Amino acid sequence: MSVARLLDGKRICVCCGSGGVGKTTTSAAIALGMAAQGAKVAVVTIDPAKRLAGALGLEELENEPRLVAPERLRTGGLELRGELWAMMLDPKRTFDELIERLAPDPGSAEEILANRVYRELSTAVAGSQEFTAVSKLHELDNEYDFDLLVLDTPPSRNALDFLDAPGRLTSFLEGRMLKMFVRPTGLGMKILGRGSGALAAGLQRVTGIDLLADLSTFFRLLGGMTEDFRVRAAAVEKMLMASTTAFVLVTSAQREPIDEAIWFRRTLRDTGFPFAGMIVNRVHHDILGSGEHLASEVTAALSEGLDLGDALAAQVAENFHDYHVLARRDAKNIARLERDGDGRPLLLVPHFDDDVHDVDGLLLVHRYLFASDEERARMIAEVVA
Amino acid sequence: MSGLLDKRLIFVTGKGGVGKSTVAISLGMLGARAGLRTIVVELAAQDRIGATLSGVAVDTFVEQELAPGLFTISIDPEHAMDEYLRVKVGPVGHALGSSKLFHAFAMATPGMRELLTVGKVWELAQLERRTRGAAPYDLVVVDAPASGHGLGILRTPRTFAEIARVGPIAHQGRTIATTIADPSFTAVLAVARPEEMPVTETLMLRDALAEDGLALHEVIVNAVYPSRFDPGEVIQLRQAAEDAPSPLARAALRAALSEGDRAANQQRQLARLADGLGERPVELPFVFAEDLGFPELEGLADALGAGLARERRRTRTPRTPAACAAEELA
Repeated sequence: MSVARLLDGKRICVCCGSGGVGKTTTSAAIALGMAAQGAKVAVVTIDPAKRLAGALGLEELENEPRLVAPERLRTGGLELRGELWAMMLDPKRTFDELIERLAPDPGSAEEILANRVYRELSTAVAGSQEFTAVSKLHELDNEYDFDLLVLDTPPSRNALDFLDAPGRLTSFLEGRMLKMFVRPTGLGMKILGRGSGALAAGLQRVTGIDLLADLSTFFRLLGGMTEDFRVRAAAVEKMLMASTTAFVLVTSAQREPIDEAIWFRRTLRDTGFPFAGMIVNRVHHDILGSGEHLASEVTAALSEGLDLGDALAAQVAENFHDYHVLARRDAKNIARLERDGDGRPLLLVPHFDDDVHDVDGLLLVHRYLFASDEERARMIAEVVA
Repeated sequence: MSGLLDKRLIFVTGKGGVGKSTVAISLGMLGARAGLRTIVVELAAQDRIGATLSGVAVDTFVEQELAPGLFTISIDPEHAMDEYLRVKVGPVGHALGSSKLFHAFAMATPGMRELLTVGKVWELAQLERRTRGAAPYDLVVVDAPASGHGLGILRTPRTFAEIARVGPIAHQGRTIATTIADPSFTAVLAVARPEEMPVTETLMLRDALAEDGLALHEVIVNAVYPSRFDPGEVIQLRQAAEDAPSPLARAALRAALSEGDRAANQQRQLARLADGLGERPVELPFVFAEDLGFPELEGLADALGAGLARERRRTRTPRTPAACAAEELA
């Protein structure tokens, strides 16, 4: 199975996974491959590696997609039949723009953006970065004519934050607490004073009045936009649930990322998000497909017609042994992933000799992702034997 | 020891997937070995350390002894708030704690979760614990979230102190911020891998911390490949790979060349990091094992101890990532 088949008929591809598994590279390689096949593709990423960003022509954070000059990729030997666009999301600015868009009038928008609580902490609202990312995706989906959008999800400690984001931000804005604050009769302490005396006293004692005043302004202002947020969140969720959306899980073959991937796949399944398949990066393949070899076997083989010397041969044998430990580890973890799976495609990308952070690396990953199973097996065999 | 174990509070941060938890627990083991009553703190209720080492699920917010002198706890904001209210605010706090409205308010307040979490971390590091009957710790090691969010955790108390100005939150925020900024009490440690992105992020973290008046006490580079083959040997191996008659010999030689490449790439990134930092970071070896259990972690604790005890050698004046990038482009 190649990524091209995985994404056949899809308009949106969301790449998720835990931190450090190569999500950004994978997203970019997917976008690149689809553009090579003739599609107009945009990859939306947050904080990619500097050199990778440079390779794609993203020198700075920008909130609109930009066309990646085809010459950049041609040097690596890839002709694009379609177009590759890229953008690096600035979450804070995107959130500001969202406020400007949704505020009832420019005055309110200005007041929110100037609010101290908003300014200091707007990016800290649980799920706001995630919401910002999907919200931007929705905007791109509506306002541009891309055939495919690829989203590299923000590094999230809990991947669920991402799926929850639209709902969570809405419920935050719709919360009962908020309603109390936004009652037109007054603000903060005054309202609460009319409620439970102990609660008011406690709130005052814990938070300090000053903070409360700023917070109530913050909530009141955002509260005025609740309906718009809700509508937007609903639209975003509908987009993520659509059959033309594909969630692709990215992982490496180590135990913890695999654990998280298994858990995340279950969550996707339980919540009904359209899961398409998984990509496992940095796999150590069993080189000869015959498992481990005794050190003595290896040194014996190395002595046939070669003159490495005992010490060097022993080092080579030891290295080979160590490599197989990792191959065994990866095979075990991948088997676990398959056991738990539902037969959805699992694409394995080998562990390369260098970490991927430039156009050449991107093209290399792309070749594996867009190969058929047979081609991929042949490529791996060629590399290792 | 580079004075690291003289601190009471150590935050371990770094890019996602570099092995922060592994380094945090190794550091905890090192502390316990030195006779310090040590606790390794996990944030956001992940329960990974406890699960890895004891093979059982751990209750959130319970201080659990893993080995003599080595404890672990997993902190979540909800429990932290309940405890704070109970202990700090008294009976009113108790009533508040059971108020759904109050919970909703507190949890919806931007940054409140971070403040409550770091507040509990601070409490663990106090000689006079506010939790009645709780014994003090000599060393608190925090397995903090990845760089960006980890920085947020460190920054939150001061932000709150600035926003609130008066009242208990401002006071609490200021106290915690002062503790975090006190280099004789607190150290921030970054974990990296010898790869492009983690190295860049570490240098950026160092600069971001400096903006907040915090220093990066130590950088630990995790999973460094052994340099098994010198350049002359690599040439020999390359020739042999072409001549080798048997598939087994060829495969073993290919693997050796591959590893040689990876190790060389790592060394280049290590040099870039050392250059940016102005000194050699501490290195931990790559562990060739199927899983990290107690024996592997003990080994890493040994390596960490040796690395921290090393003579600190300045490589050159530290430079900004921008300067490094400019040089690289040139």
